[in-house]
Amino acid sequence: MENERKLTIARSMAEATAQEMRRDENVFVMGEDIGQLGGVYGNTRGLIEEFGSKRIRDTPISETAFIGAAVGAAQDGMRPVVELMFVDFFGVCFDAIYNLMAKNIYFSGGKFKVPMVLMTSGGGGYSDGGQHSQVLYGTFAHLPGMKVVCPSNAYDAKGLMATAIRDDNPVVYMYHKSLQGMGWLGTEQGATVHTPEEEYTIPFGEAKIVKEGSDVTIVGVGLGVHNGLKAAKLLEEKGVNAEVVDLRTLVPLDRDTVFNSVKKTGHLIVVDEDYQSYGLTGEIIATIAERDITALKASPQRVAYPDIPIPFSRPMERFALPNPEKIVNAYAKMKEQ
Amino acid sequence: MLPTSEKKKWMYENMLVSRFFEEAMETIYMEGKTPVFNMAEGPIPGEMHLSNGQEPCAVGVCAHLKPSDVVTATHRPHHQAIAKGVDLKLMAAEIFGKKTGLSGGRGGHMHIFDADVNFACSGIIAQGLGPAVGAALSKQMKGDDSVAVAFLGEGAVNQGAFHESLNLAAVWKLPVIFVIEDNSWGISVSKADSTAVKHNAVRAQAYNMPGRFIADNDPIALYDVAGIAIEDARAGKGPTLIEVETTRLAGHFMGDAEGYRPDGELDRLKSKDPIVRMKNLLIDEGVITDDENLQITQKAQKLVDEAIEFARESDYPEPAEALDKVFV
Ligand SMILES: Cc1ncc(C[n+]2csc(CCOP(=O)(O)OP(=O)(O)O)c2C)c(N)n1
Repeated sequence: MENERKLTIARSMAEATAQEMRRDENVFVMGEDIGQLGGVYGNTRGLIEEFGSKRIRDTPISETAFIGAAVGAAQDGMRPVVELMFVDFFGVCFDAIYNLMAKNIYFSGGKFKVPMVLMTSGGGGYSDGGQHSQVLYGTFAHLPGMKVVCPSNAYDAKGLMATAIRDDNPVVYMYHKSLQGMGWLGTEQGATVHTPEEEYTIPFGEAKIVKEGSDVTIVGVGLGVHNGLKAAKLLEEKGVNAEVVDLRTLVPLDRDTVFNSVKKTGHLIVVDEDYQSYGLTGEIIATIAERDITALKASPQRVAYPDIPIPFSRPMERFALPNPEKIVNAYAKMKEQ
Repeated sequence: MLPTSEKKKWMYENMLVSRFFEEAMETIYMEGKTPVFNMAEGPIPGEMHLSNGQEPCAVGVCAHLKPSDVVTATHRPHHQAIAKGVDLKLMAAEIFGKKTGLSGGRGGHMHIFDADVNFACSGIIAQGLGPAVGAALSKQMKGDDSVAVAFLGEGAVNQGAFHESLNLAAVWKLPVIFVIEDNSWGISVSKADSTAVKHNAVRAQAYNMPGRFIADNDPIALYDVAGIAIEDARAGKGPTLIEVETTRLAGHFMGDAEGYRPDGELDRLKSKDPIVRMKNLLIDEGVITDDENLQITQKAQKLVDEAIEFARESDYPEPAEALDKVFV
């Protein structure tokens, strides 16, 4: 493509944040190692050089304090962007997130605004063990009061970040380590795409059909979208034309796009790197079942993480993670019924 | 409480084993990760936090411990595990993700668990303090004179769990010792930029317990202070906080470019390598001869080599074993 400007998700997140910081002096960033280091996952790189340490603040390892502080600052008119380095660390600060950040708008009868973004990394596949590999989409999406964003590529990552920062509600921005474009994590190439330099926003609650098809709908988010696309290629070799839906935001959830796709294809596979039970896969299937179960011509399938803590050892972790082959097998299983 | 010659030798030997182990980790970790560094590749994937330079913190405390004493450790756990007597072969195998590892490969480098010597660690900052307090409570309730030790980095002092745990330990006079390994860095953020006090030992005052500061990474001074603290704990006199000024001679984790370190810092720290200083001390004091030093060194290296060989030769678990051990 001419004038193509390929960015990694890390760079597009930093670019959107910088543009929002130029637009609005109330936007600031805080978190661990987000200053000079530019974030462990590169998403604040270059910001301290432009905006200085007053607006790009390295914090102590005190998540309860600085996420709680972000809520207080947001309620006082600032627009903090805070980083929880790994989503797994939510355990030490979840009160500030779900009992505070997510509820104060409601408790105040809508009189308080909480315009903050909590960005956090997730995802495994590189043997980082059970406290550094989770995605926890379902945990965050389950609790009312916070929007949840999960970009699968740099173009979406930039527009969704701009929307998140401009939103007067708390937004949890969950990025996937394998999509970040940090070489040391081995990156999914499909996430590094053309990203215009100018500012733009992407509305929440609009899923994207990233590949059109007629035989089966594969629904996913983040890395799951790339697994879905790869599975669609494999299925194509078998003469099956899959449609792949990237949800892009879990809250709000674009149920219409998913439903319309399933109505067209009659078949549904939901892909999720989160623990299977009580999560995204069940929610999507329930959406279809509730709305019109006759849209389904076969039992829907899910390809998700088994209900186990994430193992360190490579063969065990690979066994547990979703992958394109598992999606293809899920399709075969669905057709056998 | 000064260490006997035997104890000094034990400390030195353990420091050597620990250092040789980390040197082996450093080399093996890079296998399969060059020319392109990808954390997922090689025989040891994932994050790797080395303890080079922090060995005195582990041996100065663990020299006083018995197997029934409980240690909770950090994300940088190898030196602490070795000093507590965790089986080196089984630990190496765990770090390689092998079936023969301590946890059959489920835990990995940040999750070393050895029930035989009551050792556990965690990848979440300050997570070990609660369980150390709980182990101490259990010992107290059972009337056992065993103690618990929680190791933590200086960065962990800014977590709520630190403050809550110290207060609880003090209120209930529990036999627990909190040992801060102050290497002055929390990844790229310096202690000066993150911590309101110069010495975390002063925080003990807020919880009405003794706070001790050990300067200059000194294992002998630490042995002395830890000995008193552990003796007090065994005698029912309650908890102690110990802060050890130490040095991180490696990056935060393998692959860390360390651009945040001031020029010359690493050279200055390396010139005070605690292994070299301990060796010189023992030779100067006549505790060991040059010949004995050679023997000790070779023995330590052999232990490590055997552990690595065991780990390399062990099989990987069957993939489906991932589903086991969620519950007992
Ligand atoms: C609750 C929590 N927050 C953040 C992290 C990420 N993290 C891992 S190690 C580290 C620095 C820890 O510094 P310190 O406690 O001084 O130990 P050191 O690494 O220097 O040994 C951080 C921030 C984490 N593991 N857990």
